[in-house]
Parts: sequence; C-alpha cells; structure tokens
Amino acid sequence: MLINQFLFLAAILFCIGVYGVLARKNGVMVLMSIELILNSVNINLVAFAALWGTRAPAVGTEATAATIGPVFALFVIAVAAAEVGVGLALILMLYRNRRSIDIDDLDLMKG
Amino acid sequence: MTEEMLPVNIAFFAIAAIMVFSAIRVVTTKNVVHAALWLVGVLAGAAAQFILLASEFMAVTQVLVYIGAIVVLFLFGIMLTRAELGKSDDLDNDRPQRLVAGGVAVALALVMGYVLWDAFRAQSFSLVGSTTVQLGQTTGQISDSIFSTYLVPFEALSVLLLAALIGAIVLARRD
Repeated sequence: MLINQFLFLAAILFCIGVYGVLARKNGVMVLMSIELILNSVNINLVAFAALWGTRAPAVGTEATAATIGPVFALFVIAVAAAEVGVGLALILMLYRNRRSIDIDDLDLMKG
Repeated sequence: MTEEMLPVNIAFFAIAAIMVFSAIRVVTTKNVVHAALWLVGVLAGAAAQFILLASEFMAVTQVLVYIGAIVVLFLFGIMLTRAELGKSDDLDNDRPQRLVAGGVAVALALVMGYVLWDAFRAQSFSLVGSTTVQLGQTTGQISDSIFSTYLVPFEALSVLLLAALIGAIVLARRD
C-alpha cells in the first residue's frame, strides 16, 4: 500500500470539511463539517503509525515509535468530543436566546 | 498478482469511495437529519480504514466515541434546536459565498495534493506478514504508551474533558 493513498483520502475529506464550514450557515452543520476535518487528521496519524511500524518493527511487546500515532489520534478524538459538547451547548443557548441557529444572524459585534 | 490488485488495496478504494461520497452528501444535503446519518457513513468508513491499517484499538474507539456518542449528540442537538425535519433551503449560504467556499476547498486540495505527491510518492509499505505486536498497535502497547510516556498530556486531557463537561452544563441549563 502506498502511504499517499491514505494521505490523499484524508486531504480530500479535509477539503470537503473546509467547504462545509464555509458554505453552511446552520450551526449544527458547521460543527458536523468540523468533525469531518478532525476525523481526516486521525486517518493521517494512524497511516503514519502503520508506516513506522513496518519500518522499525517492535521486538518484544514494549511500545515503539509507531504507537505514538494511535495515542495522538486518541487525544484528537477526546478533544473532538469536548469540542462537540461545548459547541452544541453554545448553539442550544443561541437557539434559546434568538430562536434561530443561523451563523449569519450573529452580527452583534459587526462595526 | 500486481501490487495494485491486492485485496487490501481493492478494499481501500471501495471504502474510500464510500467515504468521499458520504462526506460530499454531509456538506450538500438539504436535510439536517440525513446529514447526521451520512456522517455515520464517513466515520464508519474511517473505522474500516483503521482496521485495514491493523489498528483495531483505534477502530473500536472510533465506533464507540464517534458513532456511539458524537452522532447521538448531533441528533440531540438537531432535536433540541427544533430544526426543520424535512428538506430545508435555509442550511446553506447564498450562491456567491458557496462558490467562494468551493474555490477555497479546491485550491486547498491542489496545494495539499502537490505537497503530498512531492513528499511521499515513493513511500509504500506492506502490512502483509507482520503482526500487530511488531507494528506496535496492540491495545497493551498503546496503553503502555499512554500511561507512561504520555501520562502528563493524558491527565491534562482529563482536565479538559472535565472543564468541557462543566462548561456545557453551565451553558445549556436554564436559570
């Protein structure tokens, strides 16, 4: 397997996520697009871990350089979970105050 | 049998096609609930790719946390904000802004594609014949790494999750 096939897949998903963040105006949809972006990074991390695992195989059962990939991907998943929790709470408060979750309506700080 | 015809490669391209199609549907569909369900397609595809990369721990975590928790959270968010459940034309920005967004995404894809092609085109690997222990991907090795080398970041992450939990409760409760 080429490492590039995984990296290209992640790059395409990342760009689709960027398009979603810019093109959507519903708050929940923007959060979903951010999830796409964070998920594409995980694919990169795990692909590089597999690449390093085949370059420098572990001898015993101790952790190697290749283990860093899954560990960081786990951190990314946890941060993504925290982000969605707080983000949806913010959108919920927005809905309660303004009866709408359009990002475009949030122009109170516009000069 | 050529390298391109390996079963893992065929599986990769089949799953990748499903993931890209689902991702495009997530950002273009007019129905909020459908977008959440297409997101499940992308996340499940990523879990399948993790299995192809011999990382079972990540695949299981992906299914548990993303599909099990985050998608359910999204569905609750859709329900609580009383979004229109049918088709809605109010999800996207107007056409000029969508075109700009598409241009930004394509430009980003071209730049990243060139960089990746330039840097990694010669690098390939084969997981056939190596065990998960050799690859450093067993749950035991990952947990050893988390609870020894990366203990401090892990504890910081626990505090972050606690802060996010309390913050979400404070923001979302009625007072």
